[in-house]
Amino acid sequence: MPELKKSLSLAALAAGSLALSACASKAPPELPPQPGGTVDPNANNAGVGQVVPGSQADFTARMMGDDTIYFDTDRYNIDSVDAAALAKQAGFLGQYSNRRITIEGHADERGTRDYNLALGERRANAAKNYLVSLGIAADRIATVSYGKERPVALGSNESAWAQNRRAVTVVID
Amino acid sequence: MRLSLIAPLVSAIALILAAPATAQDEPIAAEPAAAQDATADEGGLTGTVTDENEWQDLGIAITTFATDRDVATRTNAGSTAALGRALSQIIASNLRNNGLFKPSGPGGLPQPTFSQVTAPDYPTWQLRSADMLVQGYVRAQADGSLAIGCYLYDVLLSQELAKAGWVVAPSDWRRAAHRCSDMVYSRLSGESPFFDSRIAYIAETGPKDRRVKRLAVMDSDGQNHKYLTSGQATALTPRYSPDYGSLLYLSYLNGSPSIYVYDVAAGTQRLITRSANPTFAPRWSPDGRYILYSMAVGGNTDIYRIPASGGESQRLTDAPGIDIGGSFSPDGRRIVFESDRSGSQQVYVMDADGSNQRRISFFGGRAATPEWSPRGDQIAFTHMAGNFRIAVMSPGGGSLRYLTNAWQDEAPTWAPNGRIVQFFRTQRNSGETSLWQVDLTGRNERRLPTPVGASDPAWGPVRD
Repeated sequence: MPELKKSLSLAALAAGSLALSACASKAPPELPPQPGGTVDPNANNAGVGQVVPGSQADFTARMMGDDTIYFDTDRYNIDSVDAAALAKQAGFLGQYSNRRITIEGHADERGTRDYNLALGERRANAAKNYLVSLGIAADRIATVSYGKERPVALGSNESAWAQNRRAVTVVID
Repeated sequence: MRLSLIAPLVSAIALILAAPATAQDEPIAAEPAAAQDATADEGGLTGTVTDENEWQDLGIAITTFATDRDVATRTNAGSTAALGRALSQIIASNLRNNGLFKPSGPGGLPQPTFSQVTAPDYPTWQLRSADMLVQGYVRAQADGSLAIGCYLYDVLLSQELAKAGWVVAPSDWRRAAHRCSDMVYSRLSGESPFFDSRIAYIAETGPKDRRVKRLAVMDSDGQNHKYLTSGQATALTPRYSPDYGSLLYLSYLNGSPSIYVYDVAAGTQRLITRSANPTFAPRWSPDGRYILYSMAVGGNTDIYRIPASGGESQRLTDAPGIDIGGSFSPDGRRIVFESDRSGSQQVYVMDADGSNQRRISFFGGRAATPEWSPRGDQIAFTHMAGNFRIAVMSPGGGSLRYLTNAWQDEAPTWAPNGRIVQFFRTQRNSGETSLWQVDLTGRNERRLPTPVGASDPAWGPVRD
């Protein structure tokens, strides 16, 4: 069990850095090939540049930034933009129904540490509950809060804080 | 390891040197809290100076501790003579750095001989206009331990005010300097001691988005520093147990935030509760028998209490929203905590069983991270209205006073005597963090030395 969880958190870490670049530009810097029919039959191992359908790489590529939803200060409600993004996520998860996800909840730096941990958890749960309402099984969705520990935007201004108040969905590979 | 009071040793010295027997007066019990309330409504950093006691302007001469025989020791300070210099330097630094006194020495002052330690040369010190004189000695014991004596004299009265002696293991020699600092401070101020105590905190390195956070501990002056975790898993919010035997802290060891109890002697740790739910914000009860923690279930966070020895958890709050943290009153009967049940973070008080919950902060903005003073008379907290400032209020929620004014100061923790508040400060943009402390006047603010960035301080009690 500890082994599993460790690799889980490593995957989450890697996904976090992917989400960073996605977030900054609202789209991945280079679009991987579309899944399905892109696998080179001559390749005899899964090398770099190949995207496994249903994988985290596939997910981030297809979400084009909608793997992340954003919140107002101290809020955790799902607005219409969030709802559209989560519906897109639900579509992916419906297609790959054996895939599990972790939703990472985050807060901006303008809050106290303990409260931000709880706030990140509440945001992640808000996203989870919405996906469940769209028919995704609750036992496929884990949540984790990073509070203010993992900002993607590094400034101390309203724009940076808005980018950091987020919930990021990560497919567990 | 243990520091033992050596009345026998002091009397042995007294016997040899025929030192006059002196009255060990009890420190004068001051009532500064009452004086503070009188000016409490003035608020802000100015107009809050209530501690203009005469003892702060006393001229205290701190001399190099003498030794009967300069021999090697098993300390990292060197021989007994070098140790004597180091001890007096620590005492002078302690008293100076906290803004409590304006001590002179040990550099630039006459060095008393061993026999003068108990028979000061009063005329010399009177000529130098010293009001108070601190002297002491170091003697190597046959078993490798060290006998260290500490004396405080009133120069004008030509009178001994206090004395104490300790036998310490070589590794514990700095504690004798802290004990001596405490003796001088308590005797002159009438306040309880605080120097002989330790601090747990989080050491921070690396860039803002990939910060490495390690559990670390140190003495109250920043020495005897030690890292307890490697930094592979993010560590947050430590709290020393009242007996210093263990530490509560949050770790991402298993991928999600969970509270662990770290056994200091064994270097092992265990989860405080087996739950798939994340746990945050660990706290000890003053007697160390209970642990408070906060747990999120389905996004809703509440405060729980569990016996430190294990057993069943008791849920103390059930309001929708985030109830988190918690700090016991010194008598253990009440808990001050934080809740956003009103729509924003505010400070609440409840009985230790969770009953009688009521909001006490009504200042505008948000109020968070409340910590009950060990004296019971005040609650320190983080007030967020624009900037984050460290403030204190009465347990009833009145008498708001700001102690700091910077962009982001957070997470106050009290000195064991309730006269100084420590906190951490975050720099805008860089996110660099550092530990600071400020006395209740708000005037004497200083940064604590740490090897790297530092946050989440937790000040433990005076050691046994």
